[in-house]
Formats: sequence, structure tokens, C-alpha cells
Amino acid sequence: MKSWDPRIEEMPKEDLQRTQYKLLKSLVYRLYSFSPFYHDRMKEQKVHPDDIRELSDVKKLPFMFKRDLRDNYPDKIFTATQEELVRYHVSSGTTGKPTVVGYTQNDLNTWTTSLARALTSLGLGRGDVIQVSYGYGLFTGGLGMHYGAERIGATVLPTSVGNTERQIELMQDLGATAIACTPSYLLHIGEVAEKMGVDIKKDTKLRTGILGAEPWTDGMRTRIEDWLGIKAYDIYGTSELSGPMFTECMEQKGFHIWSDIALVEIIDPKTGESLESGQKGELTITILQKEALPMIRYRIGDITTMDDNICACGRTHPRIQRIQGRVDDMLIIRGINVFPSQVEYALMAIPEVGQHFQIVVERKGSLDDMLVRVELTKGSFSDKINDLMQVRQKVEHRLRNSLNVNVNVELVEPGSLPRFEGKAKRVIDKRSL
Amino acid sequence: MDTQKFVIRQISIFSENRPGRLAAIAHALGEEKINILAFSIAEANGFGVVRALVDHPERAHDKLLSLGFNVAFTDVIAVRMKDQPGGLYEVAKILGDAGVNIEYSYAYSGKEGAVLILRVDQVEEAIQKIMNSGATLLERSVFH
Repeated sequence: MKSWDPRIEEMPKEDLQRTQYKLLKSLVYRLYSFSPFYHDRMKEQKVHPDDIRELSDVKKLPFMFKRDLRDNYPDKIFTATQEELVRYHVSSGTTGKPTVVGYTQNDLNTWTTSLARALTSLGLGRGDVIQVSYGYGLFTGGLGMHYGAERIGATVLPTSVGNTERQIELMQDLGATAIACTPSYLLHIGEVAEKMGVDIKKDTKLRTGILGAEPWTDGMRTRIEDWLGIKAYDIYGTSELSGPMFTECMEQKGFHIWSDIALVEIIDPKTGESLESGQKGELTITILQKEALPMIRYRIGDITTMDDNICACGRTHPRIQRIQGRVDDMLIIRGINVFPSQVEYALMAIPEVGQHFQIVVERKGSLDDMLVRVELTKGSFSDKINDLMQVRQKVEHRLRNSLNVNVNVELVEPGSLPRFEGKAKRVIDKRSL
Repeated sequence: MDTQKFVIRQISIFSENRPGRLAAIAHALGEEKINILAFSIAEANGFGVVRALVDHPERAHDKLLSLGFNVAFTDVIAVRMKDQPGGLYEVAKILGDAGVNIEYSYAYSGKEGAVLILRVDQVEEAIQKIMNSGATLLERSVFH
């Protein structure tokens, strides 16, 4: 087994926990002293930095939620000045209002280090050509993977998303050995390659897939591995944590969460109580090394279990299992987070359609397909088909702009969509993963 | 000249493109004892517009509205055609020569000959030209 930093990665658990405690303690002191947001939160919770006397005292600290970032848009809870920042990333929020993440140079280093360890644990390194087919830009996937791959000395092929035929040509011509993208995009690449008469197994050097940013299953892994002749690894992260940060190792038994970077808890989403290792609950992460946007007990909303046993690979850092669901109603469409509330928010600004809607998600071929059904309001009905087509196009256009995902819209008769008295079930997800 | 008497009120109904929608509309009109004199369905991807000339457009409108349908009135004109080869050409040529655009049209052929229903961009102009050409426009009172 090859490790990027064996001293840390194979450090005895007690030493790791001691490191975590030190980092947590200094983080809490720093935030209590310098961040009005965290200071107030801790006061509300009646907890003082002096109350943190051992690692398990993390439970005394208040939780953070996505809404804390949204409510403090764009940078009100940053703990670094703009001059100290070297980058922004932006992700979509639940109401169409995005959340902004800022990074200092040290934050980028921590993120890149995390990925360097992860990519090395997949057997990648100098000599590999890593094709990065995550989107480059405001999304963290492209740039995050890019710097991680460069750090380990691999050669990056920054293809970003789209133009699939060209991606396949370059994969062949430049001998890509690994690809980082969403699992559904890799399936799409496989299908397009077949149409082009390219057999990924025989005609390319591809042997590793680093796949994530959307939920997938072991069944899909087997299918991808058998079909394309590669090993497919899951990667995990969200922009609030920095971006994609953690992968499985070659054992393929959960993501190693580097303890010196992140402290993981699994909690009961209803009560907020910590659960024992092995119990299923909501993933809660404290990033121990973050300067610009510290996240303490951040409740991501993902449901999983944690395994704190030492991995067969020798790494002592705990693993979390593949994400098994969501606490909220977030959808992941082609790697992009979509909240039904964003759809609602966008529709509210379009007088031609009513407030009721239904989202139908299917997998067509290997790509996610999102359909939004909306009711045409009474006043906006025109006898002319063209006018109606324009209404539909307008809705499609608005939704695409606010969700960053292509959406098909279907106009339906007023009153025909289901009404809900309690919690609305506006999403029909027909994808069978 | 009173051209208004040639302006006919068509009802247009928004309909999803799925089984049973036309039946639902027709059933509602039947219940109200409303007779459908002519109708057509225009369809686009996923939805359609049902257009009909009925003997009691107001009642049809209110009934369908009460059932939750999206209904609108649209002004159309009806021209008598010769029920023989070249009949449609005569009418279409009049409008084409006058620069009047036909947005959509449908026709029926009954006991008293063939009738072309037209939705045009310039109603007034179309009525004048058709009358000047000697062709026959049907008055609103023929329908309702």
C-alpha cells in the first residue's frame, strides 16, 4: 500500500484523537474570540471554550445548518477578510439564493492535501493521466480535483463537462488512466464510446474512475466496473466542507475521513443525540482546519453510518459508508443539488403558471432527466399554440437559470396537480439506482 | 357596413394531451345541452387546444370554467366554400392576395355545403375583402 503521508494516515487512533482535541480546542477558542456569529451561537447554547475538556465535549457545541450560510449571504460569517481570500466557490441554495464559500491559501492547501491522500489511496500518482470531467467554475468538483491530481504529480487533462466525443478522443490520444466525473456521466461516456466504435476496455488505458457528486449504488459500481474494465471509487464532499475531499481506498469499504482535517459524528436527525459507531444517522462534520469559513458540527443532511475500525488498508482514520439518503428533500440531478423549494421560488416569479408543481425525475439512458409539471393560470391561456409554447419555454429558461440544470416543462390544466394538506410530496423520483 | 355580425365567438379550451380529456369536455357540454357545430384539436408536445363553435358559447364557457378548465373566447369568421375541387383555393386566394394571414383554420362539410372557419390576424380586413370578392360569410346568428 502506498500512502501520501503514512505518518498521519497510519497514526494510532489515540494519537489521532489527541490531535483532533488540540485542533478543536484552538478552533473553538479562536471562533469564540473573533467571530461574532460563533460567539453568539455558543452563548445561546451556554457553552464556553473552557467547557471543551475532551474530544467528546464536541457534543456541547451548537449545530450549523445550510441555512446559516444562506442567512448570512454572501460572506457575513467568514472569519477571514477578503484580502486573505484567494478563491470563491458558489453553490445553489434552497431558495435560489446561492451559498458562497471562501478559501484562504491554507484552506486550499488543506483541501488539496485531503485529496492528495485520497487519490494516492486509490493507487494513483506520478505517471497517471487524470481526466477531470467535473465542471470547472463555481462548482467545486473541477478545480478541486484538478489541484488534488496535480499535487500527487499526475498529469491533469482538464476536460470539464460536455463535448463527450472529444472527451473520448482525448482519453484515447493522451492515454488517460483515470477519470473523475459523476457516475451517470461516465455511463454516458461509455454509451457514446460504444456508438463511436471505441471499446473503453481495449482501446483506452482507463483503469480508475473517481465518481461522485450524486448518489449511486454498489449495483451501479459492478455494472461500471464490468462494462468499462475499471475500478470505480466513490468520492465525497460538499462545497461547505471545501469540495470533494474524501474517497474510498482500494478496499472500497467507505470513505476515509481524515481525522486531522475533519471530526465526524453520526447523530439522530430528530433528537440531535450522538449515535454509536455503526448506527445509521445524519452525518455531522466539524472541519478542524479551516480559516475562512469554519464549519462546526455542520449537519449536511446526508444519512450514513460510520465505521471506526482500522481498515484493511492499514489506515486508522474512520470511514463513513456510501450515502444512503437525505434528511431533507434535496435532489441531485446530474451532479447538481436541486431543492424543490428552488423550483417553487422560481415559479413564483412567473405569472403565467400557478404555485403548484410536480417534479418527475427519471434516468433516460444514463442521464438524469428532470420534468417539471406546472399549471397554466386561468388568465394566461391563449388560444394560440405558439403563445403556449412560449410560456413553456419561458418557464424552462427560468428554471434552467436558477437551478443550473436543464429542465423539461409540461403545462397542465389548472387544478390537475395533486394538492397537499400536510407535507407536500412534489417529487416523483423514478430513478432506480 | 356592420362587419361585427360576421364575427363568431369560438371557445378554446386548454387540454392536457392524455386519454379522456376530450370526453370530459364533450360530456360537460352535453350535460348543458350545448350543441357542438364544429371543432378541431391542435396539439403541441404534451398539451393541446380544443377549439369549438357551439350554439351557446357563454354557457359553454361558464360550465367549463366551473369545472376548472382553462377557457377563452376567440374571434373567428366562417366562409362558405363550394363543396367541389378548387373551393378552398378560392377562399384562400382572396385572403392571400389581401395580405391577411391565416393563423389557423378548420372546416366542416354539411347539408348546406362546406364551411371554412378561419382565425386571421386582421379580422376586419378579412371580412371586407371576402365580401368584396363576392364570397359568402356566415353570420354569427347561424351559429348562436
